[in-house]
Amino acid sequence: MMRFLLLALVLALPAHAQDAAAVLDTYRDQVERPSRTTIAPVIEALATSGDPAAATVLAAWADRRLAVMDDGTFVIMDGDALSDLAGQPVEGEAQPLRPNAGVRGLIASALVPFQLTDPDPAARGAARDAIARNPAPEHLPAIRGALARAADPSLSRLERLLTLRFDPDPAARVAAIESFGADQSMDLRAALNPLLATTRVATLGPPEGNVAREIPVSELGREGAYDLLVSAGLAPARLTRDAAQAALVANIADGQVAGIAVASLNTQAARDDAYSALEAAGTVPPAATEDEVDAALDSATFADVYAEPNADVTDAARAALNGIATRVGAMQAADLALDALSLASIYFLAAIGLAITFGVMRVINMAHGEFIMMGAYTGYAVQQVVPDYTLSLVVALPLAFLVTFAAGVALERLVIRHLYKRPLETLLATFGVSIMLQQLAKNIFGTQARPLTAPDWLSGSLVINDLVQVSMIRVAIFVLALLFLGLYLFIMRRTRLGLEVRAVQQNPTMAASMGISPGRINMLAFGLGSGIAGIAGVAIGLFAQVTSELGQQYIVQSFMTVVVGGVGSIFGTLAGAALIGFLQKGIEWLNPSNTLAAQTYMILFIIIFIQFRPRGIIALKGRAAGD
Amino acid sequence: MRRSTVIFIAALAVFVAVITVMAGAGMISTSFVKTLGMTLCLCLAAVAMDLVWGYAGILSLGHMAFFALGGYMIGMWLMYARTEAIVIEALSGQPLPATPEEIRQGIGNQIFGVIGTSDIPWVWGFAHSLPLQLLLVVLVPGVLAGLFAWLAFRSRVTGVYLSILTQAGTLALALHLFQNDSGLRGNNGLSGLQNLPGVSASQDATSLWLFWASALALAAGYLLAAWVVGGKFGSVIRAIRDDEQRVRFLGYPVEGFKLFVFTLTAVIAAIAGALYYPQAGIINPAEMMPIASIYLAVWVAIGGRGRLYGAVIGAAVVSLLSSWFTGGRAPSIPLGFYTIDWVDWWQVLLGLVFVLVTLLAPRGIGGLFK
Amino acid sequence: MSALLEVRGISVSFDGFRAINNLSFAIGAAELRAVIGPNGAGKTTFMDIVTGKTRPDSGDVIFGDPPRSLLRMTEAQIARAGVGRKFQRPTVFEDQTVGANLMMALRAPRNPFAVLRFRATDGHHARVVELAAEVGLADHLHRIAGELSHGQKQWLEIGMLLAQEPRLLLVDEPAAGMTLAEREHTTTLLTRLAQTRAVVVVEHDMEFVRRLDCRVTVLHEGAVLAEGSLDHVTADRQVIDVYLGRG
Repeated sequence: MMRFLLLALVLALPAHAQDAAAVLDTYRDQVERPSRTTIAPVIEALATSGDPAAATVLAAWADRRLAVMDDGTFVIMDGDALSDLAGQPVEGEAQPLRPNAGVRGLIASALVPFQLTDPDPAARGAARDAIARNPAPEHLPAIRGALARAADPSLSRLERLLTLRFDPDPAARVAAIESFGADQSMDLRAALNPLLATTRVATLGPPEGNVAREIPVSELGREGAYDLLVSAGLAPARLTRDAAQAALVANIADGQVAGIAVASLNTQAARDDAYSALEAAGTVPPAATEDEVDAALDSATFADVYAEPNADVTDAARAALNGIATRVGAMQAADLALDALSLASIYFLAAIGLAITFGVMRVINMAHGEFIMMGAYTGYAVQQVVPDYTLSLVVALPLAFLVTFAAGVALERLVIRHLYKRPLETLLATFGVSIMLQQLAKNIFGTQARPLTAPDWLSGSLVINDLVQVSMIRVAIFVLALLFLGLYLFIMRRTRLGLEVRAVQQNPTMAASMGISPGRINMLAFGLGSGIAGIAGVAIGLFAQVTSELGQQYIVQSFMTVVVGGVGSIFGTLAGAALIGFLQKGIEWLNPSNTLAAQTYMILFIIIFIQFRPRGIIALKGRAAGD
Repeated sequence: MRRSTVIFIAALAVFVAVITVMAGAGMISTSFVKTLGMTLCLCLAAVAMDLVWGYAGILSLGHMAFFALGGYMIGMWLMYARTEAIVIEALSGQPLPATPEEIRQGIGNQIFGVIGTSDIPWVWGFAHSLPLQLLLVVLVPGVLAGLFAWLAFRSRVTGVYLSILTQAGTLALALHLFQNDSGLRGNNGLSGLQNLPGVSASQDATSLWLFWASALALAAGYLLAAWVVGGKFGSVIRAIRDDEQRVRFLGYPVEGFKLFVFTLTAVIAAIAGALYYPQAGIINPAEMMPIASIYLAVWVAIGGRGRLYGAVIGAAVVSLLSSWFTGGRAPSIPLGFYTIDWVDWWQVLLGLVFVLVTLLAPRGIGGLFK
Repeated sequence: MSALLEVRGISVSFDGFRAINNLSFAIGAAELRAVIGPNGAGKTTFMDIVTGKTRPDSGDVIFGDPPRSLLRMTEAQIARAGVGRKFQRPTVFEDQTVGANLMMALRAPRNPFAVLRFRATDGHHARVVELAAEVGLADHLHRIAGELSHGQKQWLEIGMLLAQEPRLLLVDEPAAGMTLAEREHTTTLLTRLAQTRAVVVVEHDMEFVRRLDCRVTVLHEGAVLAEGSLDHVTADRQVIDVYLGRG
């Protein structure tokens, strides 16, 4: 491409200072029947013609608005109106030229220098983007020319990005690399990375060129190193197993190979022996022996060699990339921490209701996950009625609370109340409720996932830089989690209900004797826990698919959150959610390809954790904890 | 021996005889014989569940994981040995006799091609040998259960905490097996297990053999369980269920008893699974998700805890009813405005029955016999 | 007389509350001792520590002959070493027969495999019958323990303790909820038991302690306030202030 364009430049010289019409005339044949392979000189000639109309003509040509009149005059069409190349209206009939996509691409790059100086900022921006997407050495003069006329920081940045790759002077390239300082944006990395591209070579003498590093044979492995030698033409190919086998098969005679019965060739050792026998008989060419391989490897050098010949440039690029890697690492850690925080918020939201029903009332509610699911479906149902997403969310949150509050109260009244003395059976009965609710959801809403669409203001991301960004939904969930922490603390510590709940939690008999009805308190606490699950469901539904199995995906983690955190303490739940969220993200980071493994290891960690702190992170000690 | 044990063994013998005769006369299909054989295996798992939960009070939500592990262990041999035969057969057409490496390569390709590799993972190290793999049927679930129980009981995790922990452990195991690099073919699981390697008999015959083996295993497991709970040991584990701390003050090492029961029942469940999956023909990690173990608890609860025959009745009735209802053979009920299709409504009914049984008849169906 | 149980300077606190504060205590091999004190004095915690349910923060508990520390032992090991405990609320296994309850408590190897192989001999059955007779439950051997009356459960629990053949018996409020006649029976039994072993009775009821006619240790705020005969301690000014004075 580059060579081709240089050629074009040479060919274009005689056309210098011609006007556009003259250039078109000169190349009339190519212009009327353009092909990608022959049109470049014409375009170049036009672009460098110095005619002020050149840009307009090129643009018209690219837009298929350049036309030829019957008398052979080139005109520009604008709808039905015709004008000559200088812009004067013309009367008559004209046939538009139809350059193909390849030709139009070439015209577009020739237009770039014109666009860079376009008075319209949008056009200038588009030109910059076009170059940034597809940088080439020939853009440099155009950019520098444009810069000389007017200062433009973005263009100056682009100029340095191109300089560090394409400038013929290594010193200028090093200076360009160093000019970026602490910059770590994607485009810089994209410009730097090609500078460090290497090829792996095998040589008999010391390697030539800008050597990145020499590689010991041990790192390549005997096979790999020898294969490199073979592909460099420095050693004969080894006998492959397939080739040896083919040789044996080819030499089968009377059920024997070189006097050895075919039936006995059922091990590799026997086959090797047979091949050696063939070798000895001279039937097949000798294969490279191990000693020969060793000798060849000893005499050879293996190295990675930079494609870029100048060591100063590669050194500067490596230093810059290392610096970037460090900063990117820090950013990624921050990003990971934010991710973990979001996950912890989700677990906290999912578990906070459970912390009330399990933590405060010592009742295990296996249907808790289904309450989350009910909340999500409530949100979906509301969106079917209220089309405005913001408004529907405003309606859905309290409605989800009410629906699951009612469901929780019903569950407590109908089932759990009868089982307070049999906690294991509560687990089973609520499991029965859980499978009922799941199947009912399937029967009502079908098995396919239902979307719960977030309003626009929630669907964006909070972009901090190239690497660190958090989706607004996750920010909202974090805020929601904080809100619920505050609400919980307010209810438990500042209200009559909270006082009574704590009284019942600590000593139901005593509480009852003081006129508090434990039945009513349990019912309200259970309803509250379930209601919060419903709200968590709406929040989770905004970023996850709403299916009847939604709750199941969170139930085990929710239980773990409560158990790890320490039963009966909201700060324990908070700590548990944080621990599990950060742990899961941390393990995912160590093994990014495998989120399943992350969950496995996390659960194993929790089982081991419970060994050391059976009562969780925040443990109630002594008699108050009960036994 | 208790009267109920004698009655149970006699009833089982009669049942096996009747089915054998009917299958021989062609009155019931091979697939139905398999269903019955599989049901017997589930009954054995239920006996184990009853022992650990009904008697020792440990509500494990993970015993079906041991069941599935048993299935995996035997399934590895079934799949390996059968693939080996196929590969040897395929390679016999070549001009040179196959080397062990070629056979191994061929087996690797056949079994693991589906997860994009042909290397045989180390966990398959014993898969070529039936006796070794049979040993693993007992050892792998046994050691796993023992280790888990030792960790959990030692730190005095009890009650619902323990249940949640078993559930979490089960989930971890299932998620591990869902990964391709677990070495057990990820979510593809193991398949073709219904073909017994080296046996040329028809499926009619082999399904009957497996049915007998399942019945024998159930009888043996039932007798073992009855023996364990019949004596002072049974008395102690029931005491542990009712008041663990008091049993400690009597001088019994409670953790040791729980560990023993948990591990023993895990092994029984594994044996049941090792007999179940050759009849099912296929196994995958979804089978060991916690939900399966919770269903096992449901069966035992409906059948009646603390009675071995209750567990068997529960497992048999509920699992057969489940497959009848969800198999689409149950007649729909038209209500005019709505038709109750049991494929959609069976789970709802089961959940409801389960809540009602827990609330109103904690002793389950078995309790009605007293 | 050398001590069977010696508690040396133990302390334990829960969430900053000192339940036991540098408590020392000793009892001989065949002695009856009453421990009294107001609520929260640390009586139950003291028993929890001796039986291994609670670990003290400091101090040591030495038991038996040859003497050894109980602190490193589990509840079950301590029980097997010869410490029996009777709870305030009768705790018997209500699901099982009186005979099965007693059989379980009977002195025999306790490890799971031994228990699995255990088959009751005539000797074991005879001993169960004998124990049932001793606590007045001979006619109820085949009844389910849950059907017994409150008093009968107390007796069954004492029978189970006897079956364990402990060298030290810790008894928590044995007289609670008993009729007068039952109390008398209990007093006689405890006194008789103390002839062959050490018996520590934790009690609230002064009248009952007086009947026992033994040395009394008064606990207050986790430490020993006074020790001696009942008359001696009731004359103690401090004891009157903190305990008797409050009724």
